Amino acid sequence: MTLTEKILARASGKPWVRPGDNVWVNVDVLMTHDVCGPGTIGVFKREFGQNAKVWDRKKVVIIPDHYIFTADGMCNRNVDILRDFVNEQGIEYFYDIIDDPKGQWKFDTVKGDFTRQFGKHYSGVCHSTLAQRGHNRPGEVLFGTDSHTCQSGAFNQFATGIGNTDAGFIMGTGKLLIKVPETMRFFLEGELPKGVSGKDVILHLIGEIGFDGATYRAMQFEGPGVGSLSMDDRMTITNMAIEAGGKNGIFTCDQKTLDYVNARVAENGTKSTFEPVEPDADQQLFYDKAFDLSKLEPTVACHPDPGQRKLAKELGHIALDRAYIGSCTGGKTSDFLAFAEVVKGKTVKIDTFGVPSTTLVLDELKATKWEGKSVWNILVDAGVRMTENPGCAACLGGPVDTFGRVNKAGIKCISATNRNFPGRMGHKESQVFLASPYTVAASALTGKITDPREFIC
Amino acid sequence: MAKTITSKVFVVADNIDTDQIIPAQYLNLIPTIKEEYEKLGSYALAGLPDDVNPIKFVPEGQTKTPYGIIVAGRNFGCGSSREHAPIALGAAGVEAVVAESFARIFFRNSVATGELYPVDTPVRICDEIKTGDEATLDLDANTLTVNGKTYELKPLGDVRPVIDAGGLFNYARQSGMIAKA
Ligand code: SF4
Repeated sequence: MTLTEKILARASGKPWVRPGDNVWVNVDVLMTHDVCGPGTIGVFKREFGQNAKVWDRKKVVIIPDHYIFTADGMCNRNVDILRDFVNEQGIEYFYDIIDDPKGQWKFDTVKGDFTRQFGKHYSGVCHSTLAQRGHNRPGEVLFGTDSHTCQSGAFNQFATGIGNTDAGFIMGTGKLLIKVPETMRFFLEGELPKGVSGKDVILHLIGEIGFDGATYRAMQFEGPGVGSLSMDDRMTITNMAIEAGGKNGIFTCDQKTLDYVNARVAENGTKSTFEPVEPDADQQLFYDKAFDLSKLEPTVACHPDPGQRKLAKELGHIALDRAYIGSCTGGKTSDFLAFAEVVKGKTVKIDTFGVPSTTLVLDELKATKWEGKSVWNILVDAGVRMTENPGCAACLGGPVDTFGRVNKAGIKCISATNRNFPGRMGHKESQVFLASPYTVAASALTGKITDPREFIC
Repeated sequence: MAKTITSKVFVVADNIDTDQIIPAQYLNLIPTIKEEYEKLGSYALAGLPDDVNPIKFVPEGQTKTPYGIIVAGRNFGCGSSREHAPIALGAAGVEAVVAESFARIFFRNSVATGELYPVDTPVRICDEIKTGDEATLDLDANTLTVNGKTYELKPLGDVRPVIDAGGLFNYARQSGMIAKA
């Protein structure tokens, strides 16, 4: 069996499963956020009754992150709905924006976007939070009401996105009926060269198989090249499995995985037992291809979909209006460090926005010093508009007052995020180009799409 | 349950993602609240770029669409997992989407909510017909007839009874998978 088949067999209490089998799986973690949580709660109550209890209050993780720093009253209300539900159900893991469990959230427009406005429990982007706060564990089954839930597969777990109805069903029963996907194997060899990162790997692979090349299937990453990839790179890769239509993305487990997970579960007091899976030697694969990481170059997905693959060096003719670094895909500490390596001591030429994915990233950027100066200040001094309020921000457009949102037609934005269908970052007649933090940084400096290797020594 | 749907069609091409189906700024609406459900319908397909799709899917100031069937190319519903997408279409009055392929989560959400029938077509119909044409979708014969031409569609299979029942919960209750409310 493949990694995915092994996990699904275990979760459904069967000795083995085959692609195409429909199985009831027991769920280890259900994650929801402020955009889909209120609707999920609505389905749960409608179907199981006003007084129903969730199946396991320690297995539901609620992470407000999408529409937080906005004056839109309905968005603020949605966070309050989550809080009421958490109180009523005694849910253990809730990363609330405010400290008072009886309070109401209201964004303070006078303080604005740049100054921090979050309480001590807040974290930020849901997928990054799951990883950093000890909710990702090898061998487990995780569902989330968000399509990039597949990111958690970096930790050798089965993780995929679902809608409110399915999530409401899980809330009440702890189970979901799913079809076992076929597996496509991406066998990674070699090591990434300088200036090339996990983002380039996944953009390359999506270009290879097409924007729907993995529809209904599992993307499995293994091979000797895996060991050289950091956990952050692996997360960036599995995060975008959905951009090829994949049901899930999953990595094999190694010492790096174990070190990361063990440290996070210990630090956060979350469940610490788990059992990783390995692929069988006779696993059946729908697709199997080797990729040499050392041959990859800085890659860009052009407007209007993530499958429009080009090399950065071929796109020097595309003039840009804006650059953006942030999100689950591109807003981790390592992403900002890569960005800072390029812009350090220089000044960006176009409007450039930076949004840390979580409060932990914010703290790390302020605490990390290069030649006596914090990386945060290096970025600010280079002209990057850095917000202290972590979250999804303009990654998916959102309410019109969202930090960094593209509000004008015709704007061309290069972004470290994961999706570039028309209108993704705001105006439906704007254009988004997806690239690595290195490439976004180099392009911010020149105002056109730029291969970052000329800026990195 | 015999089922045919006759309606005007709305025609779109490939990769109609969930942001085009229901733009992200409207995700503050909660689909399980009745008035907000209706509102979601009024914004269905509001994210289509005007230059490519000059005809409004839901006419200005209305909550319902005159088009009960959408015909699309590849990868309809790709992008986010938001259930607001099939719900917005269903709330606007769409009964079926006929596409060359669907993104997985959209397909699953259509079935789970029972909002609409997602039907696969083995041939590309969207280049041969135009918005406003009259069509008849026969879910028993698995055909779509437009402008006198009949296209064979892939059978819905296992998911048909779930949508007929009105979604996952109704189906699970009817078939005894969960207790009756
Ligand atoms: S950062 Fe973007 S992709 Fe990630 S969860 Fe938020 S909106 Fe989705």
